[in-house]
Amino acid sequence: MATITYKNASCIYESSDKLAVDSLNLDIDDGEFVVLVGPSGSGKSTALRMLAGLEDIDEGSIEIGGKDMVGVPSKDRDIAMVFQNYALYPNKTVAENMGFALKLRGVSADERRKKVEEAAKMLDLTEHLDRKPAKLSGGQRQRVAMGRAIVREPQVFCMDEPLSNLDAKLRVQTRTEIAALQRRLGTTTVYVTHDQVEAMTMGDRVAVLRNGKLQQFASPTELYDKPANAFVAGFIGSPAMNLMTAPIVADGVRIGENSTLELERDQLTQLHDAGLKEVTAGVRPEDLELSDSGGIEVIVDLVEDLGSEAYLYTHAGPGVTLVARSLPRAPAKLADTVRLRRQSGGVVHLFNPQTGERIG
Amino acid sequence: MSTSVPQAPATTQASSADTAKVQKPKRKRRKFSPWGVVAWIVGLGFFFPVFWMVLTAFKQEVDAYTTTPKFFFVPTLDEFKAVFDQGVGTALLNSLFATTVSTILVLALGVPAAFALSLRPVRKTQDALFFFMSTKMLPVVAAIIPLYVIVSNIGLLDNIWALIILYTSMNLPIAVWMMRSFFLEVPGELLEAASLDGASTWRAVREVILPLVSPGIAATALICVIFAWNEFFFAVNLTAVQAQTMPVFLVGFIAGEGLYWAKLCAAATMAALPVVLAGWVAQNKLVRGLSFGAIK
Repeated sequence: MATITYKNASCIYESSDKLAVDSLNLDIDDGEFVVLVGPSGSGKSTALRMLAGLEDIDEGSIEIGGKDMVGVPSKDRDIAMVFQNYALYPNKTVAENMGFALKLRGVSADERRKKVEEAAKMLDLTEHLDRKPAKLSGGQRQRVAMGRAIVREPQVFCMDEPLSNLDAKLRVQTRTEIAALQRRLGTTTVYVTHDQVEAMTMGDRVAVLRNGKLQQFASPTELYDKPANAFVAGFIGSPAMNLMTAPIVADGVRIGENSTLELERDQLTQLHDAGLKEVTAGVRPEDLELSDSGGIEVIVDLVEDLGSEAYLYTHAGPGVTLVARSLPRAPAKLADTVRLRRQSGGVVHLFNPQTGERIG
Repeated sequence: MSTSVPQAPATTQASSADTAKVQKPKRKRRKFSPWGVVAWIVGLGFFFPVFWMVLTAFKQEVDAYTTTPKFFFVPTLDEFKAVFDQGVGTALLNSLFATTVSTILVLALGVPAAFALSLRPVRKTQDALFFFMSTKMLPVVAAIIPLYVIVSNIGLLDNIWALIILYTSMNLPIAVWMMRSFFLEVPGELLEAASLDGASTWRAVREVILPLVSPGIAATALICVIFAWNEFFFAVNLTAVQAQTMPVFLVGFIAGEGLYWAKLCAAATMAALPVVLAGWVAQNKLVRGLSFGAIK
């Protein structure tokens, strides 16, 4: 159990001058479950590996429980890590895999067995303890990797895309299991994923990274409700938020030839104060609805009916695409011309078209 | 949607597996394969000289020289006795000593080198690897005179340690290259996992990496043993009586006059035996192969 603090932590790629992680600042509370999320190449794995001591901290520092970790080797950091490929020791049995760290620490064989059996029971691995990893299924291997981390009772869990090798169904199931387990153990956890659904469902707080830079560090709902910039807005949520850079007119922003996305009065004032001619407007598909009159005129390109809901993929002019959620068995068909408007209670997010920063 | 997609390939796979099952015994039962015949011919071609050598070793000298080769004769151990009388013991011990010590040295130096050049890449890895290989590019014949002078100056002529040093340096580059390729098969994450588990590098290598690459190390060791055991050129130039090895001893039987085939074959059989044994011992390890079940 410990707090984790990234203080301007940077890591430079070996082969170039580019920063893999660029002055990252994070304050992670004791017992918190933090998810690092971002597209590939965003530096999220590097940030985790810096914490684990597998990557150098070239600038700044990382503290665990208030202690500076710069120059401290991995083996002395008291961190357990779950790897994407699990990295189980192929020549050791499940029990030996899980007990290896305790053995290195000089824990007696009896106590080791007790702890391993405890963890195995928790993870439903009891009958597999004497098997080698090669004889296990993917889900079982994943659980052994978890078990290896749990048995140690470390200060921090690091998880590097631990679910990406599982099939879709098992992934959803394991996702909730890991989250529940972490709540029960109360061990500070840093979890890396590229899957924004995992980030939203598992994390107490989520750090969104892009090109090595932190974009936003907030609770899942705040990321969803108040994305700090256009990148976060587009990254969190599925299907992604509709983002359109368009000229500002008297009562909103112009979309396509002659449609207008209407804005609230205070938003218009903010835009006026900012002195912008154009703005990047963002509307989530779930904040749009079909309407009979007004709103934005669009042509339907594709209808995705998921049973419980349907998504309309449309365009409002060249290069302006809009996705809208509607009721299932949507009345709209391919190539129909329909009108979309903001639902009551729906939000239009505004971002500076140059910097991408949120306005208001 | 999501359930029907995985099912479709699964059924096709199952049906193709079924057809394969049906076809397999048919093909196995009695299908004449010309390649099988070629394999047998080549196999026998390789084996026959060895067989003939062993056979001749049990003949009298007179029987060995008959123009119509004799397959049936009264076997005798006389020639082996003669070989022992000529002092095969010293040569055998020398060869055994030089081979064992040089192979141990090669492994002791080569395993860390291969580790450093694969799992923990050092700077200029490629250059280092090329340097190792470049030492094998010079023909040995071109180096023998300077080598002779050096060995003579440090007083190691006709001394088995001269051969041990030379065999070690001769086998080291090959061993490093071979073992490196085995180390490269080990996922680096295993080392990282071990170090997070609290293992020192030495402990991680010993407990996690070495058990995985042991078949590769066994294969490498076998190659080194064979090369060192059969080495002739250094041995014949740098040793005389005291430090002579089996290959040099064997050549001693090729006399200008008189009958020597049976004796030569007996000596050669004795020379071949230890390598065959080493191969047989290493085989178990080799066949087991590399198993990386935990990855993927």
